[in-house]
Amino acid sequence: MNPKSGEPMLQLLSPEGVYSVEKEFTRYGSIIDSLTEAQLKTLYRDMARIRRFDQEAIALQRQGQLGLWVPAIGQEAAQIGSGYAVGKNDHIFPSYREHGVAITHGVELISILKMMRGVNHGGWNPEETRFHLYAIVLGTQVLHAVGYAMGVKLDGRVGTGNPEEDLAVISYFGDGATAEGDVSEALLFAAVNESPIMFFIQNNQWAISANIDSQTKVPLYRRGEGFGVPGLRVDGNDVLACYAATKYHMDQIRSGSGPYLLEALTYRIGAHTTSDDPTKYRSEEEVEIWKARDPIKRYEVFLRRQGVEDSFFDEVAVAGDKLAEEIREQIFALGRPPLEHIFDNVYSDPHPEIEKQKAWLRAYEDQMGSHE
Amino acid sequence: MSNYRELAIAKAINAGLQRAMQKDSKVLMFGEDVAELGGVFRVTEGLLSEFGPSRIFNTPIAESAIVGTAIGLAMRGYRPVVEIQFDGFVYPAFDQITTQLAKLTYRSEGFLSMPVVIRIPYGGGIGAVEHHSESPEAYFAHTAGLRVVTPSNPNDAYWMIQQSIDSNDPVIFLEPKRRYWQKGPVNLDIPPMPLHNARLLREGSQVTLLAYGPMVSTSLQAAEIGQEEGFSIEVIDIRSLSPIDYPTLFASAQKTGRVVIAHEAPTNVSISSEIASRIAEQNFYSLEAPVLRVGGFDTPYPPAKLEEEYLPDADRILEAIDRVMAY
Repeated sequence: MNPKSGEPMLQLLSPEGVYSVEKEFTRYGSIIDSLTEAQLKTLYRDMARIRRFDQEAIALQRQGQLGLWVPAIGQEAAQIGSGYAVGKNDHIFPSYREHGVAITHGVELISILKMMRGVNHGGWNPEETRFHLYAIVLGTQVLHAVGYAMGVKLDGRVGTGNPEEDLAVISYFGDGATAEGDVSEALLFAAVNESPIMFFIQNNQWAISANIDSQTKVPLYRRGEGFGVPGLRVDGNDVLACYAATKYHMDQIRSGSGPYLLEALTYRIGAHTTSDDPTKYRSEEEVEIWKARDPIKRYEVFLRRQGVEDSFFDEVAVAGDKLAEEIREQIFALGRPPLEHIFDNVYSDPHPEIEKQKAWLRAYEDQMGSHE
Repeated sequence: MSNYRELAIAKAINAGLQRAMQKDSKVLMFGEDVAELGGVFRVTEGLLSEFGPSRIFNTPIAESAIVGTAIGLAMRGYRPVVEIQFDGFVYPAFDQITTQLAKLTYRSEGFLSMPVVIRIPYGGGIGAVEHHSESPEAYFAHTAGLRVVTPSNPNDAYWMIQQSIDSNDPVIFLEPKRRYWQKGPVNLDIPPMPLHNARLLREGSQVTLLAYGPMVSTSLQAAEIGQEEGFSIEVIDIRSLSPIDYPTLFASAQKTGRVVIAHEAPTNVSISSEIASRIAEQNFYSLEAPVLRVGGFDTPYPPAKLEEEYLPDADRILEAIDRVMAY
């Protein structure tokens, strides 16, 4: 799919790295105009950081250190741009490929790797990070996000005008998940409850081997219309457009305008997961077209035009290698989880049957001497 | 002195919900037609006028969303109580219940609790059309992370709904719909026992009869007839289907040596399969006869004109009692 295929789309940075604001989009442009050089650099630094991390994770999987990896290469602008636009009280409900969004909210990268190594199923505190747990069953988290947003509204934390009080919710999901009934139900519930929620679709155009054209007959930014949720398509490889659109509409939602939908049109450069083989279902030519629209390269061109010097980019590259080294050390240091983790936290309140089984397994293992 | 009120099961649940909502402003009630109408069985009648539309509200007809948004509200600190209109309509929410609600505490390593109650009117005997008479309890009892309970009388209904709302874990609360109008005394001051205890209802020495929900009154009736025929039958209301109060069940099995289990659900891979196997495993030398089960057949729930033959009644239970007594 060509992003300029006749559908309106917010783009502030062309694939060649040229910044321009069309007249109808000035409200988004003015958000970018207010960013400081330090903020602009942060967007680059984190896009580069998450890509380096991603490459390292693929290598770790190939070396047998991870059971699986879910690459997000190509989607850095959609994730870092939108992630930084999420406000300090807002809550994020991700799918399972939102590693970039995670780092904008203080989730440790090693926490994500733990899941992929089989150490745990999640395990960060969603209240503390406001970045909720990864959801592997597609679309399920979108309903949780709407429920959370319903609660925010019941709490009277929308449209008070006090930025310390107000908050909104954003749920991430992909083009593949839009087919799930849960997503349609979430749009409906959000609309009828006028919930403070943003539906953020990363359309990376491939749901494993199924192309977007086989999944929708109407562009996804219009998916909410019939439910009463307006939407906008954004160039998902343009970090400035993703930041500006998310920031503008999250501000609106926080002030009580009701749900909104953003479709970030991007491309999954890598495989669905390390178990996938995209050469079986898509052409190398198509991938090459999208590599030419790389979100990081175009943003580097833009920053250099803004006068950012070589030393910054060198420093980011060095930091990336250092991150990779740290990640490797952390992975190797991860032990095996204690046996009790099979049984812990199945319930919040005491449960006699689980306790009995836990005691039995401990005694059995001690007798056999087989664990650890 | 405790205060008592004579209430039907439906009214007792209503009163329990009312009290829970009065005690804790975080308790919310929502589902299909629960507000103005008070639900198709009127279990939530009157709550809207007392608590207003921010505490009890109707939702669109989307069961997955009813449970999915309840999960999100629980994450926000609420204690949602949701109604699934009929047993046969819970399946659209099955994914949210089993992959999400049941597992989020585990997935989050205890950072999240899921105090969500899902109320489901269940069971047959009301002459209904398809999908309105099912007994889906085994699906939920099989799922780690859920608790499953079912009251059989007004006093338990009143207290067990409140105890379920107090639970920090998700509770599937199964309401025996054909007994909704069965009346009995409700002690408004003192809860009868913890949520997950089984109750000895009638003492006997020869056979233990285990039942839950709508089959409890049928079992008591069978025990009465059995006594006239000279059998001493002990009746236990299981009450909690996950976890099951095995110590109470085992004590009775050891005393009588003979056990019959009755429920409406098909017996294949059911609550009674599990109880029979546990009783055999852990009480082998006390048993005088194999554990027998009386339940629905392994068919879909039949058309209403045949449900009298499908559902276990006192005679079918007594036929099983005759068989265990023959050993």
